[in-house]
Amino acid sequence: MSSVGVAAIPRGTLGRRVGRKLTDWLPAAGVLAGGILLWEGLVRGLEIERFLLPAPSAIVDTLWERRSELFDAGVYTFSEALGGFVIGCTLAVLAAIGLARFRRLARSLMPFAIAANAVPIIAFAPITNQWFGPLEKTSKMAIAAILVFFPVLVNTLRGLTSVRPSSIELMRSYAAGEVEIFRRVRLPNALPYIFSALKVATVLAMIGAIVGEYFVSSQEALGFQIKNSAALFQFELAWAAIVVASVLGILFYASVALVERLTMSWHPSTRGE
Amino acid sequence: MSSPPVAVAVSGLSKRFERGNVQALETIDLDVRPGEFVSLIGPSGCGKSTLLRIIGDLIQPSEGTVQVNGKPAHQARIDRDYGIVFQDAVLYDWRTVARNISLPLELAGVDRRRRDERVREMLELVELTGFEKHHPWQLSGGMQQRVSIARALSFSPALLLMDEPFGALDEMTRERLNNELLQIWQETGSTVVFVTHSIAESVFLSTRVVVMSARPGRIAGIVEIDLPQPRGPETRESPRFAEHITEVRRLLRKGHADEAIEGETEAPLYVAEEGL
Repeated sequence: MSSVGVAAIPRGTLGRRVGRKLTDWLPAAGVLAGGILLWEGLVRGLEIERFLLPAPSAIVDTLWERRSELFDAGVYTFSEALGGFVIGCTLAVLAAIGLARFRRLARSLMPFAIAANAVPIIAFAPITNQWFGPLEKTSKMAIAAILVFFPVLVNTLRGLTSVRPSSIELMRSYAAGEVEIFRRVRLPNALPYIFSALKVATVLAMIGAIVGEYFVSSQEALGFQIKNSAALFQFELAWAAIVVASVLGILFYASVALVERLTMSWHPSTRGE
Repeated sequence: MSSPPVAVAVSGLSKRFERGNVQALETIDLDVRPGEFVSLIGPSGCGKSTLLRIIGDLIQPSEGTVQVNGKPAHQARIDRDYGIVFQDAVLYDWRTVARNISLPLELAGVDRRRRDERVREMLELVELTGFEKHHPWQLSGGMQQRVSIARALSFSPALLLMDEPFGALDEMTRERLNNELLQIWQETGSTVVFVTHSIAESVFLSTRVVVMSARPGRIAGIVEIDLPQPRGPETRESPRFAEHITEVRRLLRKGHADEAIEGETEAPLYVAEEGL
C-alpha cells in the first residue's frame, strides 16, 4: 500500500474521537462558566433590578422549585414543535421530489418559494390559531409546519437538481432508469442540502410553537408560561422557562445533527475536525 | 456469441446544436473493428467529445446512424455494452471504492457474491487492492481515475468509451496510466474509443488515430499506427513513434488551416441539462 503513495486516513475509535472533542470543548466551557459568573457578579454588585435581569442563581432556584410544571410545559411545547417539524419537512421533501421531476413547473414556482422565505411567516400565527383552534396543539403545529416548509423545499430541490451532468450520463450508460437515477444519485446528492435545511428547521419549529403560544394557548404551554410570568412580574419564572426552551431547542438541533452524522458518515464534513 | 466484423459503425453522422446554432459534426463516417484502440484527436471544439457521446447514445445525432456490434446505439446502451470513463472520474462520494466499482453490476442485477469477486479482480487489475473501503475524496486524482476505469471494466462491456480520461493528470501519472491502460487493453481484448488532446498519448496508445478538424467537426485524416505490441517506455523513443507524431501533427495543421479559411463560429459547448 505504501508504494502507491496515499496512506489511509486513520478513522479513530469513537472513544478517541470523543476524547479529542472534550479537550476541544474546554475553552468554550470556560467561557460559559466565566460568563455566568460575571452575570451573577454584576447583578449582585450593581444591584440590578430583577425585572431587568435576575441573577443566574435565582433562575436556577426557580428552575428547581417549579421543575415538574416547567418539565410538563416543555414536553407540551416540544410536542407541538416536533409535530410541525415532521409535517412541514415531510410535505416539503415530497413537494421537492415532485418539482424535481417536473422542472418546468419548478421554474415557475421557485420564485414564489424563495420569496416566501423572505416573508415573516410568523405573522400568520394569530390566523392559524383561529383556523385550527387557539387552544389546540394543531394550531401551533400548523404555524411551525409552514415556517419550516419553504427553506426545506428550496434546499431539497437544489440538492436534487444540482447534480453534475456527467454523473447522470454515467448512470444512463449503465441503462439505469429515472427511478434508479433518483435513488442512487439525486437523493444521496441532496442529503447534505436536506440536512442543513432540517437543522435550520428545528430552530424555526421551536420559534413557531413558542411564538404561536404567546398569542393564545393552553396554560400548559411554555410560551404561555413565559408571557404570563413576565406579565405578573415573576421574572425568574419567565427566565427559567426561557432556559427550558433553549435547552430543548439545542437538544432538537443536536439530535438532527447526530442523525446527519450517522447517515452521512461518508461525507468529508462529518469527519472529526 | 460470434464477434461481429465491425464493433462501431458510424455513417453519415451530423450533429447540429440548436442552441447557439452550431454545426458540431458534419458527415462523419468511421468504422472501428473489434479489439481496436482508436483515438479521436483534434482541437477543442472539433466535436470529438460529442462524437463519443453520440456513439454512447448519450446524445442523439441530427442525421446519420451509429451501429454498435450490429445493433443501434440505443439498443447497445440498454444491453449495457458501454463502459464510459470521463475526464473527471465521476465517482459517487457516498460510495466506497468497492461500491463504486460494483455499481454497474448492482444495476445489472448481479448477485452479491459474484460482485465482490469481480470488485476484487478489478482492484487487482488497476493495482488498488487494499483501498476498497476508502472513499473517493481520500484518493489522489490518478487513483480516482483508476477506480473509474475499474468501474467501467467491471461488467466487461463490449466497448470502452474514454473521454480525455487522463487530461487532468500530471505528465508522469499520465504516462504511467497510459502503460497500465495498454496492459489492461491487451489483457481484456476490449475495443476502445479514446478522446484526447495529446498527440503523444494518441500515438502511444492507439492502433489508429482519427484526426479531426473543427467548425464544423470533420475527419481530417486517419493515421494507422504500426508500432509493435506490447508497447512500453522504449516505444516513445523509437524513430517510428516520432514519425507518427509528425504525421498526426501535419493532419492537425491541415485541419486547422481549412478552418481558418471557413471563418469563425462559436465553439460548440456541451450543453448541461442540469440546474435551475
